[in-house]
Amino acid sequence: MKQKFDIIESTCIPLPLENVDTDQIIPARFLKAVTRDEKFFGDNLFRDWRYNADGTPKKDFVLNDPRYSGCILVAGKNFGSGSSREHAAWAIAGYGFRVVISSFFADIHKNNELNNFVLPVVVSEEFLAELFDSIAKDAQTKVKVDVPAQTVTNLATGRSERFELNAYKKYCLMNALDDIDYLLEQKDKIEKYEQSR
Amino acid sequence: MNTLFDKIWDAHVVSLIEDGPTQLYIDRLYCHEVTSPQAFDGLRARGIKPLRPEKIFCMPDHNTPTHDQDKEIEDPVSKSQVDALKRNAAEFGLTHYGMMDKNNGIIHVVGPEKGLSLPGMTIVCGDSHTSTHGAMGAVAFGIGTSEVEMVLASQCILQQKPKSMSIRVEGELGKGVTAKDLALYLMSKLTTSGATGYFVEYRGSAVRSLSMEGRLTLCNLSIEMGARGGFIAPDETTFAYLKGREYAPKGEAWDKAVAYWKTLKSGADAVFDKELVFDAADVKPMITYGTNPGMGMAIDANIPALDSIPAEQRPGFQKAMNYMGFEAGQKLLGHPVDYVFLGACTNGRIEDFRAFASIVKGRKKAANITAWLVPGSWMVKQQIEDEGLDKVLEEAGFAVRQPGCSACLAMNDDKIPAGKYAVSTSNRNFEGRQGPGSRTLLASPLTAAAAAVTGVITDPRTLL
Repeated sequence: MKQKFDIIESTCIPLPLENVDTDQIIPARFLKAVTRDEKFFGDNLFRDWRYNADGTPKKDFVLNDPRYSGCILVAGKNFGSGSSREHAAWAIAGYGFRVVISSFFADIHKNNELNNFVLPVVVSEEFLAELFDSIAKDAQTKVKVDVPAQTVTNLATGRSERFELNAYKKYCLMNALDDIDYLLEQKDKIEKYEQSR
Repeated sequence: MNTLFDKIWDAHVVSLIEDGPTQLYIDRLYCHEVTSPQAFDGLRARGIKPLRPEKIFCMPDHNTPTHDQDKEIEDPVSKSQVDALKRNAAEFGLTHYGMMDKNNGIIHVVGPEKGLSLPGMTIVCGDSHTSTHGAMGAVAFGIGTSEVEMVLASQCILQQKPKSMSIRVEGELGKGVTAKDLALYLMSKLTTSGATGYFVEYRGSAVRSLSMEGRLTLCNLSIEMGARGGFIAPDETTFAYLKGREYAPKGEAWDKAVAYWKTLKSGADAVFDKELVFDAADVKPMITYGTNPGMGMAIDANIPALDSIPAEQRPGFQKAMNYMGFEAGQKLLGHPVDYVFLGACTNGRIEDFRAFASIVKGRKKAANITAWLVPGSWMVKQQIEDEGLDKVLEEAGFAVRQPGCSACLAMNDDKIPAGKYAVSTSNRNFEGRQGPGSRTLLASPLTAAAAAVTGVITDPRTLL
């Protein structure tokens, strides 16, 4: 949950598929929980790609491949499309990811990640393709995500890019503050707006 | 600049955070049982209450069974979620339409039909298909549970203002071509990410001539192109639909409201960030063949050949073909079907049942088909009975179930078994969406009806 961001350096878990939808990240049958138990959701992250119907792990899925580890998920274009379920972000956080790198995120899911202190880092198509390539060649490839400088670096090739993060959200992430903390201080403005209508 | 989206959005700006999001005022928050319990927990943890409880309406829809709703829900986990919503609504003084309440149904069907969703409003819900309410001429969009908590706590949300897109569809839709086909056609052209970052205004003569139900279907599917939301400027069709509805303004207030609603349109000088134009005559009855809603085609077409797919998309395409049990280049007409699902916030309205009934009337359900016909609300179910459609359907071998989201996402018992093919009027054909291993073919109510009586994928135009 709420945790401060600074500089993260980690190996990565690659998922080079496009249009990964939130139904795959966490299937609907796991949405019945009434609490925000991140471990439960993390245990069921990518459930139907990760486990057979009898609960045994699918060996060819990347989360079951012992070569890959780390707190950075690298995913294909249009990550998190479909359902608005925040459970998908809880599952990603619950598994232990702190950063998701992709060339394109679906809007609602991107907000959900940010609201759960998982940082979506948007990189160019070229950066993403090169990173997948680096990881394919060496599973120990590390990436450095520098939140204060807003840069992401493939440490295998040295390729570095600046990523977008507005000043407000950056401040929130670096200080572990959420939007509700902010909104609760705005009551006067809200009442003034209501009176002006 | 000067688009209707700008007008509605700008009128709801409470404050602008420098180099940050906008603090946007929300007129209506809907809560269902799946995406709200953790938000209510958040309020309790902070020791706060909803700021404007009168603007918030709650109803269970995702977990509700589609039979025996007068009895307790059998699945204890589903029951605990439905019970939690009731308890939370009572604790915080919010309106709650529980199971068996005549006001209950799918939140995106109930909101418009009760006049709770009105032109010019900002509307949110922890559900991506909140875009549906855009059909009323509102800025409506889906949000996450943390954002539900924001709105409960402050009646505001922090959001970056999306860009604006105009999708203009001119001309007339052909016979047997519905709003659903138009939406599936647009998705097939734009892909599931083509409108990401945008709010879409649907315009043009083909959009104008859609009924309110058709508009709700079209706006419902905006999210499947990646859009934050989609809407249609209110007009006489909207006003006629709303007049007399429970929460719509009455008397003098109505006249005043209509006068204001008539001003809700994009200026002649409006500048959109992106403008697309389509010809309604190009749209045929559509069906999907893959595992995202953008993988759709005309029902009489062939699945694309592998060499027509860009290299970076081939792993996903091949994965989809394997999952669906199809091959690249294959024709789908005549392919056997196991299940037919009519319903969901996409196509669970009265017009959808009329369309389905128009095809099955005087015919019989095919023996190999299991059909689930699920109205979007008790009000729709009542209307089906008032119009005698239930009799037509029964004579053809179909039964009308009780309302809810049902097999659209299979959180209740209505699950399509692994490996089975379902022609479904819902909104998503993702892997496992209608049950683990289920194979979904998205289509219109007419195409669903054609499959239901023939047992195979059939062009509905041959049965009209």
